[in-house]
Amino acid sequence: MKQHPEKSGFEGLTLAEIEEIKAEMSHYEVKSAVSIEALKIVQKHRRWVSDECLVAVAELLEISPVQLEGVATFYNLIYRQPVGKTVIHYCDSVTCWMLGSDSVRERLCRHLNVELGEMSEDGEYTVLPIVCLGACDHAPVAMVGDELKLDLTEDAVNKILGR
Amino acid sequence: MDKPLTKNISPDRTFATLEDYLKTGGYQGLQKVITELQPKEVQQWVKDAGLRGRGGAGFNTGLKWSLVPGEENNATDISQTRYLVVNADEMEPGTFKDRLLLERDPHQLIEGVIIAAYAIQAKIAYLFLRGEYRLAAQRLGNAMQEARAKGYLGEHILNSDFSLEIHLHTSAGRYICGEESALLNALEGKRATPRAKPPFAVVSGLWGRPTVVNNVETLCNVPHILHYGVEWYRSLGRGIDKGTKLFGASGRVKYPGLWELPMGTPIQEIIEDHAGGMREGYKLRGFLPGGASTDFLLPEHLDVVMDYEAVAKAGSRLGTGTIIILDDKTCPVQMVLNLEKFFAQESCGWCTPCRDGLPWTVTLLKDIIDGKGRLEDLDTLTGLTHMLGPGNTFCALAPGAMAPLQSALKYFRADFERYIAVNATLMEPV
Repeated sequence: MKQHPEKSGFEGLTLAEIEEIKAEMSHYEVKSAVSIEALKIVQKHRRWVSDECLVAVAELLEISPVQLEGVATFYNLIYRQPVGKTVIHYCDSVTCWMLGSDSVRERLCRHLNVELGEMSEDGEYTVLPIVCLGACDHAPVAMVGDELKLDLTEDAVNKILGR
Repeated sequence: MDKPLTKNISPDRTFATLEDYLKTGGYQGLQKVITELQPKEVQQWVKDAGLRGRGGAGFNTGLKWSLVPGEENNATDISQTRYLVVNADEMEPGTFKDRLLLERDPHQLIEGVIIAAYAIQAKIAYLFLRGEYRLAAQRLGNAMQEARAKGYLGEHILNSDFSLEIHLHTSAGRYICGEESALLNALEGKRATPRAKPPFAVVSGLWGRPTVVNNVETLCNVPHILHYGVEWYRSLGRGIDKGTKLFGASGRVKYPGLWELPMGTPIQEIIEDHAGGMREGYKLRGFLPGGASTDFLLPEHLDVVMDYEAVAKAGSRLGTGTIIILDDKTCPVQMVLNLEKFFAQESCGWCTPCRDGLPWTVTLLKDIIDGKGRLEDLDTLTGLTHMLGPGNTFCALAPGAMAPLQSALKYFRADFERYIAVNATLMEPV
């Protein structure tokens, strides 16, 4: 299928996104290998991957949308529904669990008035669990956007929320 | 110098720059390799040094390299394409060692990657990095640029015939990506399900090419072996195994942390001397010696030394060498439930015992904790530890999941039975 990115082709993707995805392709023997990078690039620009974008990426990589959907839903850091501007991933693995990750989750969800996976009303936050973040000597921990937050006492959680 | 891996890592949270790294002998191992040694010789050095995989499996690293088929010194022939892949997908619960090496001394890893690639004559290396390790991605990216500018990386490394490109792949999650063959599927842009073995990756890996997958900490040892020599490296171990390793402790110890210590260091020293013993008001009930997928050990095992065979003989695994402490106020049954929830969630779903057996395990444990358990459930759980054990599943995820469960059933059976006994009392007819 011939496509013209600057016109109607790959509808749902911007030229910038297409360029970034194509740049990644040079790193691999086959095009479809960039599927994960491509989804992450789309997500970097839009925070999540819509059906429309998924189909466009599949066309760009010359794989079926179903195949790409299989990839997108496998990896937990690819979001297939809208998330807040900042995603808070709190660790719920063993050491953090032992040292209070349940209360970190409760506090985050209560203050933001959300269930796990939901977007806060102002569109700022989504809270999700994540497996061990590799900072167990400072448990409990969380990632707020790109930033790792250590030793999450009650005060530290409040500080994250700007309270 | 008894702490090669962390000699550039200061206690504050800064990191070693290229300048810092060069000051302490950085890239001199590479210099020696490029100017003096043939690829086979590099393999032999690392094999003789006794370096074993630090990701948990403990396979001799030089030996792994030597299993790559094809002619050496023939990297320009496309039919001889082979790859080096760095497994930087640290996600074993309770493990936080590779993060330190990645964030705090990125050049050490890069030099290790270049030497390893030279040893197997790979022209391309992929650094498969956990997506959540954002700071590591940034620092590695910068360090690779610096290495390229200095001629350590890229075309004609140090004016030799050897060229190497390293591509950084940041992952999008899932514990299973740490499994070697699943990692290769992820790099190919697919779902990270494990592959049937044999063939092993060294023979048929990424796109069917010979591929060596090495852990971060393993590769960080390599520059020092080449720079300071085999005899020096072998002298670092205290027991049977050679070299040093990052050991850690997390949970209710006074000073949770990470320390570079000789292989063969007794567990007691790690927990009591380095981690400062238990926090006030808590007693040591047991511990997982090397991450979530290792069997519980008890205080009576404190004199066991951190060597691959010694920990195995005690009934567990060295694993990643980062100890998770079970204190006397944490319920072992609930701790096991937390671990099994993790494994059930992270199962890739490819093979039936793992996909169905792990959620079943979780349901049984929940029921026991909720007071709905029966004594027969403990037999069912024991049965699951066999059905999901080694040899019955496609990869090591489920057998790893069964390790803490089977040892908890052995050592903490009374805790399981107490939940059930409470339930039995309630059910007695009035």
